[in-house]
Amino acid sequence: MDGLQYLLDCTGILPILILFATGILILLLDAFAPRGRKGRLAALALAGVLLAMIGWWRPLPVERELFGGMLFADSFGFFFDGLFLVTAALIILFSAGTLDRDRIDLGEYYALLLFSVTGMMLMARAANLIMLFLGLEELSIAIYILVGMPRHERKANEACLKYFLLGAFSSGFFLYGMTFIYGASGSLSLAAMAAAFGRGDLLHNPYLLLGTALLLVGFSFKIALVPFHMWTPDVYEGAPTPITAYMAVAVKAAVFAALARVFWMALPSLQPQWTNLFWVLAVLTMTVGNVAALVQTNIKRMLAYSSIAHAGYILVAVVAGSAQGLTGMLVYLAAYTFMNVGAFGVVILVQERLGVGEDIDDCRGLGFTSPALGAAMAVFLFSLAGIPPTAGFVAKFFVFLAAIEASFTWLVILAVVNSAVAVYYYLRVVIVMYSRAESPTSLADRFGLGRIPSAALGALIVALWATLQIGILPQSLWELARHSVSALL
Amino acid sequence: MNIQFPLLSEIIFAPLLGVLLLVLVDRDNRPLQRWIALITTSVTLILTLFLYAGFQGDSAAMQFVERHVWHAGVGIEYLLGVDGISLLLVVLTALLGPICVLACWTDIEQHLKEFLICLLLLETAMLGVFCALDLFLFYVFWEVMLIPMALLILIWGNPRRRVYAAVKFFIYTMAGSVFMLVGILVLYFHQVEATGVYSFSLLQMQQLALPGRLQIWLFLAFAVAFAIKVPMFPFHTWLPDAHTEAPTVGSVILAGVLLKMGTYGFLRFNLPLFPEASATFTPLMVTLALIGIIYGAFMCLVQTDLKRLIAFSSVSHLGFVMLGIFAMNRQGLQGSVLQMVNHGLSTGALFLLVGMLYERRHTRMIADFGGLSKPLPVFATCFMIATLASIGLPGLNGFVGEFLILLGAFKARPLWAVLGASGVILAAWYMLWMFQRVMFGPVTRSENAGLRDLNRRELGLLVPVLALIVWIGVYPTPLLHKMETSVAALVTRIEAGGAVVRREPPGSRLADNHWTSTTKETRFH
Repeated sequence: MDGLQYLLDCTGILPILILFATGILILLLDAFAPRGRKGRLAALALAGVLLAMIGWWRPLPVERELFGGMLFADSFGFFFDGLFLVTAALIILFSAGTLDRDRIDLGEYYALLLFSVTGMMLMARAANLIMLFLGLEELSIAIYILVGMPRHERKANEACLKYFLLGAFSSGFFLYGMTFIYGASGSLSLAAMAAAFGRGDLLHNPYLLLGTALLLVGFSFKIALVPFHMWTPDVYEGAPTPITAYMAVAVKAAVFAALARVFWMALPSLQPQWTNLFWVLAVLTMTVGNVAALVQTNIKRMLAYSSIAHAGYILVAVVAGSAQGLTGMLVYLAAYTFMNVGAFGVVILVQERLGVGEDIDDCRGLGFTSPALGAAMAVFLFSLAGIPPTAGFVAKFFVFLAAIEASFTWLVILAVVNSAVAVYYYLRVVIVMYSRAESPTSLADRFGLGRIPSAALGALIVALWATLQIGILPQSLWELARHSVSALL
Repeated sequence: MNIQFPLLSEIIFAPLLGVLLLVLVDRDNRPLQRWIALITTSVTLILTLFLYAGFQGDSAAMQFVERHVWHAGVGIEYLLGVDGISLLLVVLTALLGPICVLACWTDIEQHLKEFLICLLLLETAMLGVFCALDLFLFYVFWEVMLIPMALLILIWGNPRRRVYAAVKFFIYTMAGSVFMLVGILVLYFHQVEATGVYSFSLLQMQQLALPGRLQIWLFLAFAVAFAIKVPMFPFHTWLPDAHTEAPTVGSVILAGVLLKMGTYGFLRFNLPLFPEASATFTPLMVTLALIGIIYGAFMCLVQTDLKRLIAFSSVSHLGFVMLGIFAMNRQGLQGSVLQMVNHGLSTGALFLLVGMLYERRHTRMIADFGGLSKPLPVFATCFMIATLASIGLPGLNGFVGEFLILLGAFKARPLWAVLGASGVILAAWYMLWMFQRVMFGPVTRSENAGLRDLNRRELGLLVPVLALIVWIGVYPTPLLHKMETSVAALVTRIEAGGAVVRREPPGSRLADNHWTSTTKETRFH
């Protein structure tokens, strides 16, 4: 490959390069920044993300392959790059205040966050299973460390170890699956695999089927699909809350992007087989996630199970398997990102201001003492429950639309029954926020949250605005998603 | 008649403007908050009076139609319009707006600002439900309505069981409506297959001839959502709880408007879209309606709480409305539409009166009252008129509606009318007995002797309602005229739908089994 081509390809991964460089810079500066003054590194990280956004933005992405067919620079990757960047910006804004509380006064936090974003971007753009695996590992290792950052908290230690051990296993499964697929097709490039399997004679090759199944196990673990979800509640509970939010949205989105790439670009000829697998997973994931969320009293665990359930709804879109389904999946991921980060953001603020807030009951009276924050939380929760006019409803609507179009009406009926069940646990938080005892029992009820730090306020406003914008005028997001999925089909 | 400015949008979103103003007002400036709410609801009412005046009763078409593309990709439109069936309900909703604001003038002390915001949001959503002709838009308004109503019960309800009542109300209605969502989507794809047009428009869907089996399933999907909202026996159990625990205004809106959404849904969607299935299900629906009438009435007889009694009387009255709808003839349907308005007025008035009583005595137990007509003569008179209207005394509005319904039922099947009429007799029993225990006899409790009678504000908000009760009872012709043509068109549609030869839309068989991805590609653009 000549140098000019190489440079040209580098412009195609400009956001990744910017984030990576910013991450390294933060690591360097961290050595010189005095203790207790690491907040400036957060500003630097945010500046890096904003710069990456400028590098990311193009009016119409050119569809091409980079680095000799290792990465795509297409509209699908473009969509996810944008999603990851926005998520990262929101998470940095929410993190800025909480780290003191968790005694994480470390610059690495932001550097690792940025590295994990580059990992996600590589995953969503991978044109080759090796790149996909590299992205997955970069993402995972960064997250393992981030989860364990509150070194003095036993819960965080447990979460970190649990996530690391199980995550390493799932990476092993993934890699094992890759080798089988390589053995069956003779290539790790998605395009070459599709060509090999398109011929038909390989379709019943046991190595291919085994490899596909193992890949799916790897994906399922990272997305936390039932029955590969056991780690989720513990890890989500133990991790610092901004990282929990980050894992619940961005990590899932990245793995869903990779999953869509692999299954639509490399294995479309196996679609009848994997559709069957996916509907089983969808039914299990929705149902187990929702039923388990019903009985949680810890708000982080509740949101953890809710995120499992949401992955189940997204799988319904995967089952639909059409362009409409993929569009629905992208819209869902975007909507889910904003509403879930928003909901976690309020939890973060409650924890930060009051020092408590793990328990749902800690929010008692919040709707009265901090009316704006309470109303925002109510919007996020109603959106998670899928009630119009919010993003959550529109997202569910498009997913169900696709599934019914693909004649999966029974699956949609199961999904809507599930979302009716889910209303209960979201509503419970709203009820707690809007009810108070004769004498105030919770800190939230006694003091309210007072002034909200401007960084978090900005992030909340963005999340709220997007949740309502997608809910009321979904057209532009839908068209972008629609355009993006054309790269896969 | 085509009016240039978007009257329906103005009506729907005028209360929302009030919400924006309220958000800006200082928390402690209660008088200003009240006046903003009163003025916005009054403006909404005045706008609906223009709507009423401009509505042409001799046309069955949708009027004041507004049509804008909302989401081009899948054919969602912002499509509004009213016909003779929805017109009266829109006016009723707008009428209850200022009355509710006046009713809570001194009642609500805590979090008044939030209360009024919920009230105005609720009004926007309710008006939207009655005006929406796009199924997506309809569903959005339908679901949005749940949130402020649940919050009204949850925050300002009776502290003892408000959480239980709010959750029950929310989950119950939500569980019903998600099936409607699936129904809407299935209907949509059927219409796309049959006509090739991407549209959620009700007007478009009415032109479909759906195969019989599909009609049955879709009818059930929609009917579950509506039957819960009505509420029909056996889906009524949320109603007494929600009514009893809600604040006065919440009960008035629940009884006055929210319950009508179920019956309106049957009229607007089930009957015209699935005429064959409606005919198939008529025996079942009528049986449930009759059970509701009689069961509701008997439940009233054993209630000790005034609000719960009125709540169960709603189950009985809404049973009448359902009976009229499934009589499926002109008299029955006209009676049903009129009875929806009547029930909103008379039951609304009863809830207002009980609320006023509660404000004075902080109890609603029948046993705590007795002989109230002596200290409260004006109150007793108003209560009497509302009670008699609820029973259906000739000369008051309830009579006209129930008479038409029973006439329609008799025409369809005389036995239905006989059973239904027993509900009227039972109504006279439980309502008059209640009235006697509360109002007549000696004043048994000393607290009751010193109660003050209605003040000017209370009288001012009751008089328009009572005047309408009398006016509709004496001279219902203008209202009947407004709906006549629309109802006649609906009857024609049902009869034609039943007789039409079942015709599979071209290509529907094929499309069910394999829509290849190549055809899907071209479908959404």
